Amino acid sequence: MVDILGHLWAGILISLHPLNLALVFLGVALGLFIGAMPGLGSVNGVAILLPATFLVPPASAMIFLASIYYGAMYGGAISSITLGIPGASTAVATTFDGRPLALKGRADLALMTAALASFTGGTVANLLFTAFAPPLAHVALSFGSPEIFALMVLAFATFIGLGGDDVPKTVFSICLGLVLAAVGYDEVSGEPRLVFFGITGFMHGINFLVLAIGIYGIGEMLWTIDSSRGKATMTEAKLTVDRMIAAGKETIRRGWKGAAIGSSLGFFVGILPAAGATPGSLMAYGIAKMISRNPKEFGKGHPNGVSAPESANNSASVGAMLPMLTLGIPGSPTTAVLLGGMVIWGLTPGPMLFTQQGDFVWGLIGSFYVSNLVALIVDLSFIPFFIWMLRMPFSILAPTIFCLSVVGGYAATQDMHDVWLMLIFGVGAFFLRKLDYPVAPAVLAVVLGPIAEPTLRQSLMMGSGDPSIFFTRPISGPIMIIAIILILLPAIKIIYDRLSGKKPAAAK
Amino acid sequence: MRRAEIITAGILAVISIYLMWKSAELPIGYTFGEGPGGGFWPFWLSAIMLVATGFIAFNWVRRTSPPSQSSEPYLDDYGKKMIALVAGGLTMFIGLIHFIGFYGAMPLFIIYYVRFLGRHNWPLTIAIAIAAPVFTFFFFDVAMRIVLPKGYLEPLFIPLYHIFL
Repeated sequence: MVDILGHLWAGILISLHPLNLALVFLGVALGLFIGAMPGLGSVNGVAILLPATFLVPPASAMIFLASIYYGAMYGGAISSITLGIPGASTAVATTFDGRPLALKGRADLALMTAALASFTGGTVANLLFTAFAPPLAHVALSFGSPEIFALMVLAFATFIGLGGDDVPKTVFSICLGLVLAAVGYDEVSGEPRLVFFGITGFMHGINFLVLAIGIYGIGEMLWTIDSSRGKATMTEAKLTVDRMIAAGKETIRRGWKGAAIGSSLGFFVGILPAAGATPGSLMAYGIAKMISRNPKEFGKGHPNGVSAPESANNSASVGAMLPMLTLGIPGSPTTAVLLGGMVIWGLTPGPMLFTQQGDFVWGLIGSFYVSNLVALIVDLSFIPFFIWMLRMPFSILAPTIFCLSVVGGYAATQDMHDVWLMLIFGVGAFFLRKLDYPVAPAVLAVVLGPIAEPTLRQSLMMGSGDPSIFFTRPISGPIMIIAIILILLPAIKIIYDRLSGKKPAAAK
Repeated sequence: MRRAEIITAGILAVISIYLMWKSAELPIGYTFGEGPGGGFWPFWLSAIMLVATGFIAFNWVRRTSPPSQSSEPYLDDYGKKMIALVAGGLTMFIGLIHFIGFYGAMPLFIIYYVRFLGRHNWPLTIAIAIAAPVFTFFFFDVAMRIVLPKGYLEPLFIPLYHIFL
């Protein structure tokens, strides 16, 4: 324990290094803006800006991207409350009570509650993270190929069992991502593989950033252009220091319960690859409403209805970092992009990071604490500025994002072939998303593919071609069994519903 | 929406079959002593993709997935027009990079988007069309030393290279 505190202190000192601290401020401010802008969430920001981080050392780049992630969780609430449009999917639940509060003229209370709840969620999750990460990484050090592959299967199984999307479409998305990751060379025989139509650009493989920027830069913008038609009305927030202090007191009195639920629940939901901040915040809202003495007040503007989802989304974003740093399995699309970035910087994600790259890991963990505090301060002091920024018309934001995406897509590999590929992925993702194909599993798969394939092949060689090796080892066995149960969960649910005479869950 | 669902499933099935065929260029079975062949992993994943499209088609026939029940158009007139204009503009943008480079194509794309799609005034349009490439140049070419392609405009940049690089 003393050990951990020592590492943590050293990590906080690393994150207070002038360059890192400046990046935290910049990242948090950008994150707040990205989170507040409807149509952009943490994953879009991190994917589009990752190529820009090649300028600084990996540890600083990671701190910068993590603070964007953090800031975006704070920022989503701003537009949920003042516009009634969630700034990011993670802030959907915040509109339920945040918007009614704003319409009642209490936007100040809603914004204050969101900021304080986000801070609470982040703090609780940081403490849980610091306590859990080192022992988990220690256990994971003993993992061999079968265990790592089993974990991959488990990660994908959560999408099938818990993702809530159409099952065959989810399976398709996962496999497509894995196949795209296999393009280039077969690492064992060294032969070119899946070089489509003999185009040499495929020989260097498909960089995950090309897919991520395509989907989250270009695809997302097309989606927003197609889906957002009407103009939103902005609610003014009257913000003075006196009012904010009064609102802060009211938040603590009336919103603490929601924050307590959201902070604790969010972390554990965030760990699951398929769940993350969006379902975490919706679940926290649901539970806060369920255990409330007067649930009827929810939806009409109750501080608990704001504090529960806002604390949960921050908590979940930290939770998603736990499997990424300790096991090398990202807990959310955003952490998948971060993981891909780590590979580009030449770091091997997984438990070895804690032993070999202690400064990197603890600097990052220390920065969680620092950026949480910085986000609170920047958020509260610049709320009026962010509300003003929200007036930026989408017809200026969109071309800016498109330019950033095209330049970022080129910078990733410095090959025009990949810029075209990015456009194809972006447009393709838009059309598939319109038909409810989930895109997040594909991004996760393209990041995990280069780890999943060799571990599978090594495991099969260890077992001389017998796949039972995954089930007979003490750690991979239970993981595989849980994964199989998760994969079968949708089928079990259908059978259960049939037996109990209920109709299968009616689709919307 | 209903028609789009089955057409998409069909296209994805064809892509899956193509990927299976392409993967099979390398050995897809298990070689004793060497482990699975190079085509093993993508081949069987593509096979799973094909099965998944089969299920999507099955759900389409049973009308259980939301898009297969929806009578809404896949893209309405507004959507079709906007997607064509935006995706078309992007294609032109990337295509032009091959000839006039990033710094020629980017201002044109911004003028097209901000002025003609966004209907903003000229001063704002010009300001963004100049600011974006200048910022990009100093960030990517100068700070990160990632030299973006200049196409036929390359000679114009040689004096700038002398000053900044």
